[in-house]
Amino acid sequence: MGLTNEQILRYSRHILLKDVGVKGQKKLLESKVLIIGAGGLGAPVAMYLAAAGIGTIGIADADVVDLSNLQRQIIHSTPDVGKPKVQSAEETIHSLNPDVKVITYKQFVNASNILDLIEDYDFIIDGTDNFPAKFLINDACVLAKKPFSHAGIIRFKGQLMTYVPGQGPCYRCVFKDPPPKEAVPTCKEAGVIGCMGGVIGSLQAMETIKYLLGIGELLTGYLLTYDAITMEFRKVKLPKHVANCKVCGDNPTITEPIDYELPACELNLNKK
Amino acid sequence: MKLIIAGTEKQVENNITISKLIELENVETPQYVTVSVNDEFVSSESFDTQTLNDGDRIEFLYFMGGGQ
Ligand SMILES: [Zn+2]
Repeated sequence: MGLTNEQILRYSRHILLKDVGVKGQKKLLESKVLIIGAGGLGAPVAMYLAAAGIGTIGIADADVVDLSNLQRQIIHSTPDVGKPKVQSAEETIHSLNPDVKVITYKQFVNASNILDLIEDYDFIIDGTDNFPAKFLINDACVLAKKPFSHAGIIRFKGQLMTYVPGQGPCYRCVFKDPPPKEAVPTCKEAGVIGCMGGVIGSLQAMETIKYLLGIGELLTGYLLTYDAITMEFRKVKLPKHVANCKVCGDNPTITEPIDYELPACELNLNKK
Repeated sequence: MKLIIAGTEKQVENNITISKLIELENVETPQYVTVSVNDEFVSSESFDTQTLNDGDRIEFLYFMGGGQ
């Protein structure tokens, strides 16, 4: 299948790139990416991937748009307040690029549904805001041999890493287990500068596109950290293999996804 | 002796332990920090006993939970 004249024009700045070209653009149009969490990180990821012509974008989020989201979740607008986030995100993507097929999942991702959810996708984005979800996504992707981009943002800081099966450590290799409830603050408690999602989410989108095109060096085996106050990016090298990792080590003890308990504050917010 | 802590060279007392360094560096949430020495992780059980050597490269990796 060739590109239409309209597509050649829409993606012309990609097609001009030696590393993309018509062939690469067609690859992107045939790719499927799942974004878990349509929030601070998921919003810019979804928008850049949609603009880039990723053929299928899945979005999983159980929440509705709240006024307090709009300081950073740029995929949603003021008239969207009260609307399911997946619906608002789908509408924005459709008006940005009708080439993109959007599949929405208005549900919490948990141990019983995550493997089915990720099965059809080429790459997964962790855009969630809590440790139980981050460990769940990691473990499921390791078990199902799916590549994914992990990221976290808080206050004026952000970080991300890329997991590709067999090519480097996983999130659990670095952080072992979720911290006890309320031991480590989340954005809701600590705040986050709005455009941090834009900085880190755009980098997640960049990793996704590079992975799909098979170009360049990925953040596999590295944790990239960003501090907006000191304006420093650091690419921290990680061990190649962590023998005692519970999910990807030599003798894994985690053989299926786990539901960890959400911190009490998150549960209260989910109830409202 | 000198250590390279998060990319920056620092002078510290000889044979400093990882626990002492965590204290000296005012590491946030010290119970939950991941420490790497020369690109290898150190188990938190060894923080009190493992001493560092001149020229070691130390990184502190922190939980970052936000995203929504
Ligand atoms: Zn691992």
